[in-house]
Order: sequence, then C-alpha cells, then structure tokens
Amino acid sequence: MRTDTADLERPASAPAFQQLGLGRKIKNHTATVLFGLAFLVAVIPLLWVLFTLVQRGLAPMLNADWWNHSFYGLLPNDSGGGIYHALVGTLEQTLVCALIAVPLGVTVGIFLIEYGRNSKLARTTTFMVDILSGLPSIVAGLFIYALWITTFGFDRSGFAVSLSLVLLMLPVVVRVTETMLTIVPDELREASYALGVPKWKTIVKVVLPTSFSGIITGIILGLARVMGETAPLLILVGYSRAINYNLFDGPMASLPLTVYTARKTSTEAGEYRMWGAALTLVLLIMLINLLATLLSKLFAVKTR
Amino acid sequence: MSSEPPTPPEQPGGKKKVVRLGDRLFQAVATGSGIFVVTIIAAIGLFLLVRAIPALHANEANFLLSGQWRTGDPENMAFGIVDLAWITVASSLVALIIAMPVAGGIALFLTQYAPKVLARPFAYVVDLLAAVPSVIYGLWGALVLAPVLKPVALWINGTLGWIPIFADGNVPANSGSNVFTAGIVLAVMILPIITGVAREVFERTPSAQIEGALALGATKWEVVRTTVWPFGRSGFVGGAMLGLGRALGETVALTVILSYTFEGPHYSIFDAGATFASRIALGSAEFNNHLTVGAYIAAGLVLFISTFAVNALARWIESGSGKGKK
Repeated sequence: MRTDTADLERPASAPAFQQLGLGRKIKNHTATVLFGLAFLVAVIPLLWVLFTLVQRGLAPMLNADWWNHSFYGLLPNDSGGGIYHALVGTLEQTLVCALIAVPLGVTVGIFLIEYGRNSKLARTTTFMVDILSGLPSIVAGLFIYALWITTFGFDRSGFAVSLSLVLLMLPVVVRVTETMLTIVPDELREASYALGVPKWKTIVKVVLPTSFSGIITGIILGLARVMGETAPLLILVGYSRAINYNLFDGPMASLPLTVYTARKTSTEAGEYRMWGAALTLVLLIMLINLLATLLSKLFAVKTR
Repeated sequence: MSSEPPTPPEQPGGKKKVVRLGDRLFQAVATGSGIFVVTIIAAIGLFLLVRAIPALHANEANFLLSGQWRTGDPENMAFGIVDLAWITVASSLVALIIAMPVAGGIALFLTQYAPKVLARPFAYVVDLLAAVPSVIYGLWGALVLAPVLKPVALWINGTLGWIPIFADGNVPANSGSNVFTAGIVLAVMILPIITGVAREVFERTPSAQIEGALALGATKWEVVRTTVWPFGRSGFVGGAMLGLGRALGETVALTVILSYTFEGPHYSIFDAGATFASRIALGSAEFNNHLTVGAYIAAGLVLFISTFAVNALARWIESGSGKGKK
C-alpha cells in the first residue's frame, strides 16, 4: 500500500458549503411550503368565521334599540328589538361564576405551589385539575342538574348556570395561578422570611402581589372562555325574551342561549337576531381579551 | 417540579417551633381547596351514577347494545347508546384525522420556521380560534360551510363510494347535516389545543441536537425529521388525545350542525344522528321527571367516563414525552 502524497495535502474535511443534492433540496423546500400552508389553513376558518359574523351581524348592532331593548313581546316575524336582556344575563352569570371560581382557584394554586410541593395530595389535585379542564361542558351541566336541581330541589335558574361555569373556569384559574407563582423568584420569599414575616403573610403581601398581573390576566381570559359556553345553559336555565335581573328565579337569557334559541326560528327576523347576538358575543369576548392584555401591561411588575 | 419555594426557617434557639394561627388557618384553607377539587371530580362521577341507576333499571332495551332512544314516557323507556357512540366516535375521528397533520405542521412552522419576531403573534392568531364560542362554529358550519362542502361531499361519495365509510349514509351527502361537515368543524375547533401542546414540546427540543444535526450538514427538513420530530412525537400524540377528548364532548356545535334522523346509522360519514353530548342537549326540553333525566344522565356518565379516560391517557403520554430520552 502506498499513499499518494497529493492526497495528504487535501483538507481533512469536505468544504463546509457543499452543493446539496437536488432531491434533498426539493424535499426541504416542499417541507417549508407545507408547514407554511398548514398555518394558512388555520387562518382561513378564523377569518371566514369573523367575516361571516360581521357581514351578517353588523346591521342589528347599528340600531340604537339593540343595546337598550329586549326581545320582549316580539313575534318571530317582527324585526327590531335588542339584546339588552341577554347582555344582563351573560354578565351576571359570568360575574357570579368568577366570584366563586377565582378565590377557590387561587387558593388551590397557592396550595399546589406553596404548601403541597410534591405531596401525594398535590399530585392528585394537579391530575384532577387536568381532568376538570377536559370536562365536557354538557357533563358539567348535567352534574349541576343532578346536584342542584334534582338533589337539592332548586329550580332551574341563572345561578345554576353560574355554578356549572365555575367547574369550567376553575382549572383555568388554578393553572394560571400555578404558573405565575412558580415564576416568583425564591429570593423574594427568602428575604421576607429573613425579616421574620410569617409564611402566610409572605404569600399574601409578597408572592401574590408579585404575580398579580399574570393572575388577573389569566382570570379575565378564563372569564372570556366561559362566557361563550352554551351547553350547560340548555339544561340549567330557560330562555326568556324579557329582561330578568334575578339570578335565582325564573328563566334568564344570555348571549349564547339567544343565539341558540334564535336558530330555531328560521324567519328573516330570527336570522337577523341570531347573527346580531353572535357578533355581539364575539365582540364582547374580544373586548374582554383586550382588557386582559391592557391590564397585564398596566399592572406589570416593574423589573427595575 | 425541580425548584421548590423555600420554607420559613425554624425558629432559632427555641426548642418548640412557634406555630402562628394565621399560618395554620392559611394552610388549612389552601389544603382544603386542593381536597375540594379532588372531591368535585369524585362527586361528578358519583352523582351521575346515582341518578343514572334508577333509569337504567327502568330501561327496557339493552343500554350498551341498543340504538333506540325512547325516553319521553317514564313507564316505558327504551334507550341504548350504540348509535350515539358511532356518531360521536366517527365525527371525532374525522376531526382528528384532519386536525392532526395540520396542527403538527403549524407547530413545526411556528417553532422552527417562522421568524422569531412573528412566531408569537402567529401563535396568538391560532389561539384566537379557541376564543370563538362553539355555538358560533355551529352556525358557521351549518349555514356557511355546509353549502360550500356540498360538491366535495358529493365528489367523495360518488368517486370513493365503493369504500364503505364513504358510501351513502342515512342522510344525502349533499345535505351538509352529516358527520362529514361536523368533523371538519370539529377539526377547526380542536386545532388550537393540539397546536398548543405540540408547540410546547417541539420548542423544548435540545438545541445541541439541532445544532449537531445542522453541523453534520442536514437541511432544515432533515433537522426537523431527525431531531425535533422524534423528540416531540409523543407530546404531539398526547396533544392529539387532548383534542380527541374535547371533540368527544363538544356539544352545541354538533347539535346545530347534525340533523337528527330516526333511521339507524349506515356506518358512513354521511350519517346524521346525535352524539352523546348533542343527544343530551336536544333532550333538555323533556327534562321533566327523574327517570327521563336519568336516561340522559346515563348517557352523560358514559361520556364522562370516556373523556376521563382519554384525558388521563393524554396527560400520561404527555408527561412521558421529552423525558428519559437522549
């Protein structure tokens, strides 16, 4: 065996920028195009839904009556009327839901991060929160029906709806609190302990305020999510075309329920109301999302 | 969780630890809420079971094997879940088959291809899909999408009709109120869930692996195929299972889109009918006595158990991903 001296002079590795084979080039480009297309495929339905909503739902909203009247006394063929009754219902139901779900969810989050550690109970709780977040909304409704209406004997009401929404909002609040509390630097806690501050006071005065903006944003996003829930409403409350301020008594309208109910009256006026209510609902949700972003900016912890 | 928040130091010097009342109370409340959440899930299963049992006793048909749904008269009820199960599973599977590749593609696009500045707003756009309420997807699917899908459905039915799953169902292919349309709408609805999970796992691909592949002269696609995908695959599957869980339980969109027929299913995607969830929603009008409600609660219990199983499996797969693999 003899080695060609010329070979030894050659650089040890091939040049860094080699020409790619055509096949590999084509595959690479196809993949890039396909992945980009996948994103476009997701954008199309979003824009399409929004376009449809604006196109068909804008007309009713431009009428002044839309915002301060109800559908009371209107026949299926009558046009006009407004969504005020449903706005009242949606806001009341979701606010009461938040009043229950937020304190509960935040304390669960505190338990998981500050007290539970890796205890068995904490792991079980995390698992159950996961299961709760995958709970079909109709099952949440059925459960409240079985508990509140069949077992306790209450009537169907807006409050029953709030209770079922609590089940759907709870996992969102827990998850957000958990994430935000993990981000709080341990140095803050240690500094507080070093000053002799008890643990509970450290949590209330140091840990929670630090993560406040994140938690509030998450809560508001959770609120926006349950606002559009329709399934539990179908079994837990009757639809009313009149204004009902009372959560505990009588049928009560809300935006999703109005959309669903109006779908059944296939008159022109019914369609008009249906799309109007649908656009109002989406606008409300978007507004609340926007509020969340704004608040998180406003309350953001100053890092310097 | 690797980093644990510190505990307050033991009281120096003193033999007995000072336990403050506030601390005790606070810990009790926090732990209590944890226990409460666990109890809720148990209560859901228990209450549904307790309410379902009397109705199941009064049932004259076989609950698991019958396709009937006659619950109006509590003296004479016959109900079974076979038809519900078929429509539920068929629409969810159609949704999953469509959504999985698209969601995987989006997740790879967002994590590996999109410019860093745009990745966040793009991801936000996909998340917006989840903000649209399901009743609105229902309207859109039934009134806007279905007419557009008509030629597609007719073509599939005409050309691929020899495959049993695309053969004539119990509603005409062009009606739009069938599993085909429902599945596509469901696919849009579960897309953000799958994408979200997949994005998270793909993002966690160790950069050393990616750089290593690049250093060996791999193209972008080869990097994705050899490092990102194997690393995130099981997480992606877990995300898909979460999406499946959501699709199984979706109620209102399907109630609006699917038409209800009394004809049994032909095991085609051009079947109509009701899913577990939409059957319950449709039946809400006849919630007037305990036994009738019990029949619906029995269906709800089956739905609860299946979504519980699917979600638990999803979390299990997901938690195993990205760990213990080198």
